[in-house]
Amino acid sequence: MAEAILEVRDLVKHFPVTRGVLFKSTVGQVRAVDGVSFDLLKGETLGVVGESGCGKSTLAQVLMRLEPPTSGAALFEGEDMFKMRGPALRRLRRNIQIVLQDPYTSLNPRMTVGDIIGEPFEIHPEVAPKGSRAQKVRELLDVVGLNPEHINRYPHQFSGGQRQRIGIARALALRPKVIVCDEPVSALDVSIQAQVMNLLGDLQTEFGLSYVFIAHDLSVVRHLSDRVAVMYLGKMVEIGTEEQIYEHPTHPYTQALLSAVPVPDPTMRGRRDVIRLTGDVPSPLNPPSGCRFRTRCWKAQDICATEVPALEVRVADHPSACHFAEERAVV
Amino acid sequence: MALLEVEDLHVEFRTRDGVARVLNGVSYHVDAGETLAVLGESGSGKSVTAQAVMGILDSPPAFVTKGAVRFHDEDLLTMAAEARRETRASGIAMVFQDALSALNPVFTVGFQIEEQLRVRRGMSRADARKRAIELLDLVKIPHAAQRVREYPHQFSGGMRQRAMIAMSLALDPEVLIADEPTTALDVTVQAQIMDLLAEIQRDRKMGMILITHDLGVVAEVADRIAVMYAGRIVEQADAVTLFRSPGHPYTEALMASMPRLDQKGTELNTIKGLPPNLMRIPSGCPFHPRCARVQDVCRVDVPRQHNLGLGHSSACHFAEEVVGG
Amino acid sequence: MSDPTSATSEAVAEAGGGATLGKPRGLMGDAWRELRVRPLFWISIAIITLVLLIAIFPGLFAHADPNLGMLSRSRKPPSGEAWFGYDQQGYDVYARAIYGTRASLLVGLLATIGVVILGSVLGILSGFYGGWLDAVLSRVSDIFVGIPFVLGAIVILTSLNTAGQGGAVRIISLVVLSIAALSWPVAMRIMRSAAITAKQQDYVKAARALGASPTRIIVRHMLPNCLAPVLVYSTIALGAFIGAEATLSYLGVGLRNPVVSWGVMINDAKDYIRVAPHALLFPSAFLTVTVLAFVMLGDAVREALDPKLR
Repeated sequence: MAEAILEVRDLVKHFPVTRGVLFKSTVGQVRAVDGVSFDLLKGETLGVVGESGCGKSTLAQVLMRLEPPTSGAALFEGEDMFKMRGPALRRLRRNIQIVLQDPYTSLNPRMTVGDIIGEPFEIHPEVAPKGSRAQKVRELLDVVGLNPEHINRYPHQFSGGQRQRIGIARALALRPKVIVCDEPVSALDVSIQAQVMNLLGDLQTEFGLSYVFIAHDLSVVRHLSDRVAVMYLGKMVEIGTEEQIYEHPTHPYTQALLSAVPVPDPTMRGRRDVIRLTGDVPSPLNPPSGCRFRTRCWKAQDICATEVPALEVRVADHPSACHFAEERAVV
Repeated sequence: MALLEVEDLHVEFRTRDGVARVLNGVSYHVDAGETLAVLGESGSGKSVTAQAVMGILDSPPAFVTKGAVRFHDEDLLTMAAEARRETRASGIAMVFQDALSALNPVFTVGFQIEEQLRVRRGMSRADARKRAIELLDLVKIPHAAQRVREYPHQFSGGMRQRAMIAMSLALDPEVLIADEPTTALDVTVQAQIMDLLAEIQRDRKMGMILITHDLGVVAEVADRIAVMYAGRIVEQADAVTLFRSPGHPYTEALMASMPRLDQKGTELNTIKGLPPNLMRIPSGCPFHPRCARVQDVCRVDVPRQHNLGLGHSSACHFAEEVVGG
Repeated sequence: MSDPTSATSEAVAEAGGGATLGKPRGLMGDAWRELRVRPLFWISIAIITLVLLIAIFPGLFAHADPNLGMLSRSRKPPSGEAWFGYDQQGYDVYARAIYGTRASLLVGLLATIGVVILGSVLGILSGFYGGWLDAVLSRVSDIFVGIPFVLGAIVILTSLNTAGQGGAVRIISLVVLSIAALSWPVAMRIMRSAAITAKQQDYVKAARALGASPTRIIVRHMLPNCLAPVLVYSTIALGAFIGAEATLSYLGVGLRNPVVSWGVMINDAKDYIRVAPHALLFPSAFLTVTVLAFVMLGDAVREALDPKLR
C-alpha cells in the first residue's frame, strides 16, 4: 500500500459569529469543519463530496493554510503543517497548491497570463532563475494545452475552460506534490468539463500528483477519484474506495445523495431505487445533536439524537458514521 | 395545433463590437400535458429563446428580426401590446434559476403572489391571501399560513425555489417555462424540486418547457428533447430515442463527454475546441470545426433538418449515418 | 444564467469572445477604447487642457497686469480694451481670471492628491487587515465625516489663517490642508470597500496560497483592481475642491490677497453685485466651466471603467 503524503487528524474549523463593531461579542460558532480525519496517499485522488454547507470548501482553505484551524493537525510528509513557519512554510507552499472553482475570479484581471503563471517564480525565485522564467511559463502553457504564444494576453480574452487551464498552470508551476482542487470543473460547460477533467487526469500521471478533489457533482468525483469521502454538516459520514462508496454505500446520507443524482438514461425512469430526503440542509450554526443527519434521516432512532456515531467500520469493509449502517445499492 | 409554438425565430444582439446572431431560426412547440426539454450549453441560445417567448429580452441590445411565437395560434410578437401582456401574464409563466434575485427582497413572499391575483384577477386582499396560502401548500412549503408573511431571505434555497414555483402558478398558466430551475440547488434539493415540477405539470396538464444543460435532469423528466447549438436546434426527438440513437454528432459527443455515476470511466470523450463566437458563426454547419464526422460539404452548406421518422429530426448532412452508429 | 440581464450579458460576453482574436489588451486598454468614442470625454479633455495651459502660462493668454489696480477705472463694464471690464479696485477682470486660474487649480490639485493618497493608503490597509485596525480607522473617519465641511474649514482657517499673516505659500498650504483633512474619509471609504471586495477574490486566495507577502498582495493584486473607483472619485473631487476653494475664499477664510484666485475674485465682487455684475460673472463662469469639465470627465471615466454600465 502506498504511503500517506498528507494525514489529517481531527481537524476542526469554527467561524465565530460576532456582533458589534468596535466591541465585538461572539454570539455563536459556525461549525464548518468539525472533527475530520483522513489520509491522502501518494499519487491518489481523494474525492470529497457533499452539499453546500458541508464544509468541503472550508476544508480546502484550512489545508491551504488560508484559514487557521481551530484545532487538529495535518501532517504533510510527517510534519504538522499548521506549526510550520518561515522557510518551512515556504517549502510547504511549493508542495501544496490549489485550483479554485471560478475561472473568472481566480485570475487577476490586471495581469497578463505570463505574469499570472510567472508569479509563483517571483515569490519563490529559487525555483527558477530569472532568465529561464519566460521559457518555463511557455512550457507550462503548453503542458495545459494552451498556445504558448498567448503569454501576453489578459484573462478576459480567454474562455472559461481556457482560464481554468491557466489556473491549473499556475498551480503546477512550483511542481507541487499535492493539489487541492476546489470544484475545478463545476463552473464549466459539459463539453469543456470533460476536457479539463482529462487534463487533470493526464497531469496526475505525468507529474505523480496527489489530488484532494472537492466537488458536489458525484459523477465527476467518481470519474476522477480513487477514494471518496462524503461530508455532511462539517463531519465525514463515510469514506471508502470509489467502488465501496458508489456500489456499496452504507450511510443513509450517501445513499440519498447517490439516489438524487439524475441518471442520463430515460429507460431507467421509475426503475431506480428512489430515496427522497425532505427539507434542506440545517444551518451549521446550530447543527442537530447526536448524528447531524438525523433530522432528514428515515432511519433515525432515539440514540441518533443523543450519541454521535463514530466513523468506523460496521459493515461492508469501510468506515461509515451511522449507528444503523447497512448496505443498499442505489446506483 | 400546438399550445405554444416558436417558429423560425431569429434574434440578434447589436453591441458596439458587432452583431451577435444569438438565434438563427429556432422552431419548437409544446403541447398541453407534455414536457419539452431544451438542452444546450451556455451561449447556445436556450435561455434567449425563452426570454423572447416571455417578451423579457432587453432591447437593445436584443432584437427579434424574424419569426413568430404562437400561443393558441395567435402570434405574440405581432399582437397589440396590452393583449400581449394579458396573454403572457395569464397563459405563460416562468421559473428562474436564481430565486433569490427573481423574488423582490423588500416584499413578503405572500404579497408577491397576492399582487398578481389582485391585479389580474381582481381578487380581494383576503381572497388573495387565502389563495397564496393554498399555492404555498401546493408546492409543499410547510406551515404555509405563517410563511406567507415571511420575506424571501428567510427562506432556504429550496424553499425559495418552491415559493417561486407557487408564484408562477398563481394565474393558472397553461405553459410553464422553467429556466435551469435547479442548477443553483444542491442535488438532494434538486431532486425534490424536479419531482414537484413534474407532479404539478402532470396534475395540471400544463405544457412545460424545461431549459437545462443537465443531461441527467433531461433524461428523468422530458417527453421530448430539443438540442440547441449556436442558436439553432440541431436535433429533436422523444427522450428515449434521443438517448438511444442520437442523430446529430453534437448530441452524440455531448453524451460521450459526460461522466457517469454508474460507471467508472477511464478517459472521457471530449468535444474539441470551443463553442463558436456568435459574431462569427462558422460557415456551413456551425458545429463543423468541432465535429468528429466533418466532411467537405459541412464547411459549405448549412444542413437542413433531416426527418428521421417519429418526430426525430436532425440538422446534420449525415443524420442517417449518425443514427445508424 | 437565467435571470434576464445575466443571460443577456452572457450572450454578449460569448459574442464578445471575438476579442480573443484581437491584440492583447488590458482592462485599461479597453477603458481607453471605450473613452475614445465619447464626445463628452473629448469636450472635457479640451476644456481641462485649456485650463491647464492657462494655469501654467497665464502670460500667453493675458497681457494686462492682474495686480495693477487703478481706481480711476473702477467698475467699468466690458470693453474692447478690457474684455471682462474692471472691478471695484480697478483690476482688469480678464487678466485676474486668467492669473487666478493657477491658484484655483493648484488648490484643487494638491487637495485631491492629498485626499487620494491619505484616503487610499488608510483605506487599503483598513480593508486588507480588517480587525481592530479597520475598526479604529473607520471610527476616526466617521468622526471626520461628522464634521460639516464648511463649519470645519471655517474653524480651522479662522484660527490658523489669520489676516495679514504669511505669504502666498502658507495661505495656499493651509487651505489645501484644511480641505484634505476634512475630505479624506470619502476616499478612504471608497478604497476600503474596493479593497474588501478585492480581498475576497479568488486571485488573492491563489496568491496567498503561493505564499505571497502582504505587500505583494496589496501592491500587485489589490491596488490595481481598487484604483478605478478612486480614480473616478478623484476626477470629480478635483472639480469639487476647486469649488470648495471658491466657497472658502468667498467666506473670507480661504485664499486672500496677495493670492489671486477665482474665489478671491468672487469674494471681492460680492459686495458690488448690483453695480458691477460683470466682476462676479466672469470668474464664476470660469469656475463653473472648469468644475463641470472635471465632473464630466469623471462620469466618462466611470462609465468606461465600470463594465456593468457598458
